[in-house]
Amino acid sequence: MDDLIVKVISRIVIPFMIVYGIYIILFGHISPGGGFSGGAILGAAMVLYTLSFSADVAMKKFPHSVSMKLESGGIWLYIFIGLIGIFTADSFLSNQQGGFYIGNAGDLISAGMIPILTVGIGIKVASTMITLFHTIIEEEGHE
Amino acid sequence: MNDFLIDLANHINYIAAIALFVIGLYTVLTHSNLLKKVIGINIMETAVFLFFVSIGFVNNGNSPIIDLGDLGKIYINPVPSSLILTGIVVAVSITAYSLSLIIRLYQAYGTMDLDEILAMRSEVNHD
Amino acid sequence: MKKGLFIFVLTLLFIILSYSVMQMPALGSVDNPAYNATTRYYLDNSTTEAGAQNVIAAIITDYRAFDTLGETTVLFTSIAAVLSVLASLGHHKKEENHG
Repeated sequence: MDDLIVKVISRIVIPFMIVYGIYIILFGHISPGGGFSGGAILGAAMVLYTLSFSADVAMKKFPHSVSMKLESGGIWLYIFIGLIGIFTADSFLSNQQGGFYIGNAGDLISAGMIPILTVGIGIKVASTMITLFHTIIEEEGHE
Repeated sequence: MNDFLIDLANHINYIAAIALFVIGLYTVLTHSNLLKKVIGINIMETAVFLFFVSIGFVNNGNSPIIDLGDLGKIYINPVPSSLILTGIVVAVSITAYSLSLIIRLYQAYGTMDLDEILAMRSEVNHD
Repeated sequence: MKKGLFIFVLTLLFIILSYSVMQMPALGSVDNPAYNATTRYYLDNSTTEAGAQNVIAAIITDYRAFDTLGETTVLFTSIAAVLSVLASLGHHKKEENHG
């Protein structure tokens, strides 16, 4: 839709939404939130961008090749962190026995592999939301 | 009669979950539009999530974020909530896939009504 | 006629299910079977072993991290299924326009 008020207000609001989503993903082990809700908020920010400007502009900013790499990158990060546990300790996906750094509870850099896995889940959920929306509203005969 | 009302007030979450489930089931069975059936399945899934998460509630309990300054608080049960996170993601995936199948059906038959689609298919078989 | 039959059967289902739900322990009591030794272990040892204040984040990414791996696989499978159904539409239309 081509409305001037919607475009101006979206340009002001979308950076705040992205910063809020990144804050919820990064502080997932201290305050309520975590990977799934942070990824949903990031996906919702991109959906607002697609709705207020046209679908062609948004698909150029987030093409199919980028979303393919982000989608598989999330799972590869998860499996890579898990395989570290096999080489240093006994089992797949171990936290304290795998040699990760566990500091005091309440700091930002603490809790071993929990922030790394949370970032991987957040990226994957955001990419899934954006790809689903772009695929369903794509019109026929479109490149 | 008073005992029955007190019993009802103690189990109000579970009875609300069953009421939502029956409403969703009625929506799936009665309407013939495919999109309304998908929404009915979503309502039934929400009812199951409400039933499962209400098992973990504790009276006068706080959210399970451990307060380092005040050891000795009572927290609610965190295990059912973390099991339902996986369930919510599965529900979203099923809704997305069934919506894409409805788009394909609309382009093949030209209508979203289940009775008309079945009538068209039985005509083709008889010919 | 059909709608009346549906309403009668669904009301019967509602009464049977709510009668069996009333036998559960009351909402919010501590002595239901779900509050057992596993929950107490997670609540007591989450700050020392996993170093996280958020108990639910520690459960889904540290104690039960393998289930979260299965769940990310479900997300990936759903996006693969949607793309395989809807991506062949553009190709058919383009072939018809060129030919």
